[in-house]
Amino acid sequence: MANSTLLSRTRAERAAAERTTGEPVGQGRRIGSHLVLVLLAIYFVVPLWWLAVASTKTNAGLFGGAPLWFGSDFALGDNIATLFSYQGGIYWIWFRNSFVYAIAGGVGATVLSVLAGYGLAKYRFRGRGAFFALLLGSVMVPMTALVIPTFVLLSGMGLLNTMWAVILPSLLSPVGVYLVRVYAQDAVPEEVLDAGRVDGAGEIRLFFQVVLPLLRPAIVTVLLLTTVATWNNFFLPLAVLRDPNLLPVTVGVYNWQALSNAGAGGEQVWNLIVTGSFISVVPLVAAFLSLQKYWQGGLSLGSVR
Amino acid sequence: MSGSKSAVRAGTAQPTSKIASRRQRWGYVYVAPFAVVFAVFLVLPLGYALWMSLHNKGIATAGRNVFVGADNYVKAFTDPVFLEGLWRVVRFVLVMVPVQIVVALVAALLLDTLATRLSRVSRLLIFVPYAIPAVIGALMWGFLYSPRFGPAQDVFGLVGLTAPNFLSSANIFGSLVNIVTWQWVGYYMIIIYAALRSIDPSIYEAAVLDGAGRRQIALRIKVPMISSSMVMIVVFALIGTLQFFTEPQVLRSSAQGAIPSDYTPNMYAFATAFNYSQFNYASTLAFALGFLVFVGSYVFLFLTRKQSGLK
Repeated sequence: MANSTLLSRTRAERAAAERTTGEPVGQGRRIGSHLVLVLLAIYFVVPLWWLAVASTKTNAGLFGGAPLWFGSDFALGDNIATLFSYQGGIYWIWFRNSFVYAIAGGVGATVLSVLAGYGLAKYRFRGRGAFFALLLGSVMVPMTALVIPTFVLLSGMGLLNTMWAVILPSLLSPVGVYLVRVYAQDAVPEEVLDAGRVDGAGEIRLFFQVVLPLLRPAIVTVLLLTTVATWNNFFLPLAVLRDPNLLPVTVGVYNWQALSNAGAGGEQVWNLIVTGSFISVVPLVAAFLSLQKYWQGGLSLGSVR
Repeated sequence: MSGSKSAVRAGTAQPTSKIASRRQRWGYVYVAPFAVVFAVFLVLPLGYALWMSLHNKGIATAGRNVFVGADNYVKAFTDPVFLEGLWRVVRFVLVMVPVQIVVALVAALLLDTLATRLSRVSRLLIFVPYAIPAVIGALMWGFLYSPRFGPAQDVFGLVGLTAPNFLSSANIFGSLVNIVTWQWVGYYMIIIYAALRSIDPSIYEAAVLDGAGRRQIALRIKVPMISSSMVMIVVFALIGTLQFFTEPQVLRSSAQGAIPSDYTPNMYAFATAFNYSQFNYASTLAFALGFLVFVGSYVFLFLTRKQSGLK
């Protein structure tokens, strides 16, 4: 796996490879290859296109007309307005909750991962090897196996049905620690730390002024992975939250859909489910599209694991 | 993984003066916050699940936990519902993981040979589903599959066919495979693509001089050189698929009757805990599943240790 030279090598080489195509060029326009890629891209995008189009339709419009094209009336504004009024605008509370969970969970998990990853990479304290072995093993523990016992534990702590019930378990990211640990090994040279120490910098100042800037690519990656994981979380909030006002948007919209499918009288809010789903994917998609240069470099860290 | 190897290397390089060894204790300060969360939200729940699985509580025991040894595990591994769920997720692994890996690999290999704007846009579009929460992805596909809403009939009608009912018991397996593939291929593709970009291009030049064609370069050089990334992706896909929960849970209400509440082991554990309040048995199911996933991925890593570089 990550032979430690790989990380440093890739960066230099990727820059060189950026201009070439990784293979001898000049073998025609590669029409076939482009065609396959475009077909793949269509398959991956059509469902999202459907979602965007469907969010402009009324409840009745969803059932008639062409599913992949706009209907006669453009009801996106009405649907959004209804989201503000339906059940007292609870959708926007869910939306805010999702932000709170994703930011608190993502930032918290990242802070813990960076500290621990750096500590494991650069300090040789007693028990380090054992802890790292434990950490590696835990990467293979399925997180859903923890949900039911976590539920019982949180219940014992009196934290069930509070925001903490979602945030605290989200702080755990063994993969994040592992990534920072591997990255810090090479990205933070021992000589730089020693030079700082000779100049009289304390360990804490060293961390903030020398280490953090060097770890930036790893920090961005871990922040991205943990934020996405928390934003997407479903099993945990489904188990530990009862109060509708605490739900993240994923569980909230899921509940609407289950009610509408059950056909409970007056509960068929398909247009709200569709529009709500559409709005809920906008922040992350926008973030990924605008932060391309960060995650494209960052996610590749995963390739040297 | 290699981290432990380099750790050993670094450990021997350090001169052991007194100040230096005292300084090393700062490591505890850095690791402590994570270690606390690790202990409380991983070690403790696991230990607690194990404890719960070895006890039973009910009317017969006057509401107190009574030690029952391996009884719950005997029950679980003779429980046809649990075994059927296990067999089902194993089938999902056998179908879903290869499909995802092959599609991701093909896309990444194509991207690696192209440097056009069209290929960059395609890369982005293929990746976008990763940013969609699994719940929303499953909801969306539920609509697309639906005979009432979906475009399936229009699409099939174009070529004069009748759309199958994607949400029937017979077809739900394939429909779920499709949702998960749609969701994850882009992420795997990006990881494979990054690994491909890190190969030294001069290797290809040598291969071309030896008369290798494009396909040969792809299969004989590129794929073997990124095998450690491939192994990691398979492990992630394996762990994720054995825990299958969100997509079938969400699709349940759209596919009326095609997905029972105990469709996968995780759904069964969830229903046992929250619909029937049998937390002891639910913990047994969760712990047993977790253990099998752990052993499964460990065995896989062991069998592929040559490819992954693990020793």
